[in-house]
Amino acid sequence: MTVLTYRKAVAHGIAQEMRRDERVVFLGEDVAAAGGVFKTTAGLLEEFGPLRVRDTPISEQAILGAAMGAAMTGLRPIAEIMYSDFFAVCWDLVANEISKSRYMSDGQVSFPLVIQCGNGAGLRFGAQHSQSIENWAMAIPGLKVVAPATARDVVGLMAAAVRDNDPVIFFNHKALYSSKEEIPDLDGEIVEELGRAVVRREGEDATIVALAAMVPKALEAAERLHAERGLDCAVIDVRSLVPLDTPTILGHASRTGRLFTVEENPRLCGWGAEIVSLATEECWDALTGAPVRITTPHIPLPSADALEDLAIPSVERIVTTIGAAMGA
Amino acid sequence: MSVDTSAAFAPLTGPVSGDVSEETALSLYRTMSTARKFEKRAYDLFLQNLVKGTTHLGIGQEAVAAGVAAAMRPDDYSFITYRGHNHLVARGTPLAPLMAELLGRDNGLMHGKGGSMHLIDAERGILGSYAIIGAQLVIANGAAWSAQYRGTEQVTVCFFGDGATNIGAFHEALNFAVIWNLPVVFVCENNLYMEYTRIDSVTAVQNPAADRASAYNLDSVVIDGNDPDEVYLTASAAIARARAGGGPALIEAVTYRHGGHSRADPAKYRDPGEVRAWMEKDPMITYRERLIGRGFDPAELDAVDAEIVTEIDAATEEAKGGAWPDLSRLYTNVWSDGGHAWRTEPRADQAAQQKEGLAP
Repeated sequence: MTVLTYRKAVAHGIAQEMRRDERVVFLGEDVAAAGGVFKTTAGLLEEFGPLRVRDTPISEQAILGAAMGAAMTGLRPIAEIMYSDFFAVCWDLVANEISKSRYMSDGQVSFPLVIQCGNGAGLRFGAQHSQSIENWAMAIPGLKVVAPATARDVVGLMAAAVRDNDPVIFFNHKALYSSKEEIPDLDGEIVEELGRAVVRREGEDATIVALAAMVPKALEAAERLHAERGLDCAVIDVRSLVPLDTPTILGHASRTGRLFTVEENPRLCGWGAEIVSLATEECWDALTGAPVRITTPHIPLPSADALEDLAIPSVERIVTTIGAAMGA
Repeated sequence: MSVDTSAAFAPLTGPVSGDVSEETALSLYRTMSTARKFEKRAYDLFLQNLVKGTTHLGIGQEAVAAGVAAAMRPDDYSFITYRGHNHLVARGTPLAPLMAELLGRDNGLMHGKGGSMHLIDAERGILGSYAIIGAQLVIANGAAWSAQYRGTEQVTVCFFGDGATNIGAFHEALNFAVIWNLPVVFVCENNLYMEYTRIDSVTAVQNPAADRASAYNLDSVVIDGNDPDEVYLTASAAIARARAGGGPALIEAVTYRHGGHSRADPAKYRDPGEVRAWMEKDPMITYRERLIGRGFDPAELDAVDAEIVTEIDAATEEAKGGAWPDLSRLYTNVWSDGGHAWRTEPRADQAAQQKEGLAP
């Protein structure tokens, strides 16, 4: 029985794929000799050497350009953008080049690459190192968007992302790095599937849809709602925003009649709005009450403990919001 | 600019040595003439409203495309700009699908999905025409890195304009190429204007690409971009060195576009004397004179030109005869499975549209 931290799962997942396929190469800032600023890539340089695990300058455009050019000529690179906030300085590569070139060339070239990053808040880093930017990515046709909530999913979804022939933006959540999970089959090859949500908790009264660091909070809230208010809530870990597992999400929303989304990103145009929109359009008749979004307010994130904690959906806020909406 | 744009064009110095064989010389002439006549035809078709969107013509700049392409191996990679017709012609892309793409037809190179600004011919190593200025420099590094890692001895050539030298990606790319010792040759087509504005009026150094290269310990040279022999010999040297593991190089080829930035631009901002002087340095005129001076029969060159016209006539007819793209192409090739689905079962509105026959 092996217990793995989310942090170590990042390197484990990358190593699993690098062992399997020598076309997989890894590049980013401070990823090789230093083992990553969050120690998420420790040991990769030692195992795979400097030709396959490469430190880069602080040049995000150069990093993603190198990954794109390598992907279209036979490699399967994983590029790291240290903090997801830094996507803003290489957004041309993401939004105009990597995502669109297959379509513009009508399939002459493919982009089997993964861009992984540290995403999300909770570490008091302030507005430029705490953002959840998965909404930016999912708005662009041509990108797949993945955000694991558990150590095992980090490994299994990384495998799926590396083996996928399309570009995948892989959002590791910084606040989850120290979380642990028991993984019985860690010695074997763990491979998940993109586009499959996981029901983390079954329930009949309402469906809570969450992503990444909001998943453990939603689970804790569901336990409290059950214990304190007698509500039995299902919790769905979306895992992959593109492709999106609509049968699981809409199926549960239909069965329970009530839908709640819990998202860490700013409220305006969050992914929860897309899911609520799908539910109202496609399973309106099965809904017994208005879907409700629980989000971060539409603000840049502050640094101070009390302010950041207030901004991000808390277990308490999830319990209170769902309880009130359900009249329990 | 250190480049004199007056009539008394100062000769540029570079590490040019060796001879250009008669065979290569004739091939350079043929490539330039094909590119010139192809683009003139594209211009005519634009005026007839048959070429859609916009076009950025490289008329006047053919010597760069021809000279560099002649120095490349067939499996080398090139990354080009939105002013890229001549580069595809130079690397042998068939003219009919190229013209059909400009016309938005189904027999186009990308079945009408790319258009003039997004030409790509992966089969011939042309890995994209980039319409966001300067993006291709960092991407070219990736192809070069991949070739280096795979040990294929392929060289990547990355073309860009003078305007690209003031964006961040240019600087990131040069540094990156040097520290990873990549087999990449950067070729700046310095046509003196970044879109509508003279590059020297907004740039702190004289030679916008070459002067910066030294800051990154990158070997660079400024050459006469209107002399296909000089381009060919310089590119041959740089490519051979890169292929042998000698690392990247930068060539700044000074040239001149005869027209405006795009079809919407009459280029009235240019001094008439400047335009006249550069017209006299038109590579088609000067190279033809050089070839005749080398003993080529003018009639032989005329015959080459006539052949090219026939070829372009045929390509134009073939392109115009193409069907409009099948509407189902709207939805294809977002993903590698060929489709565009972002969710695991169809949307309700899509299902409704399918029922009405409006969606595939």
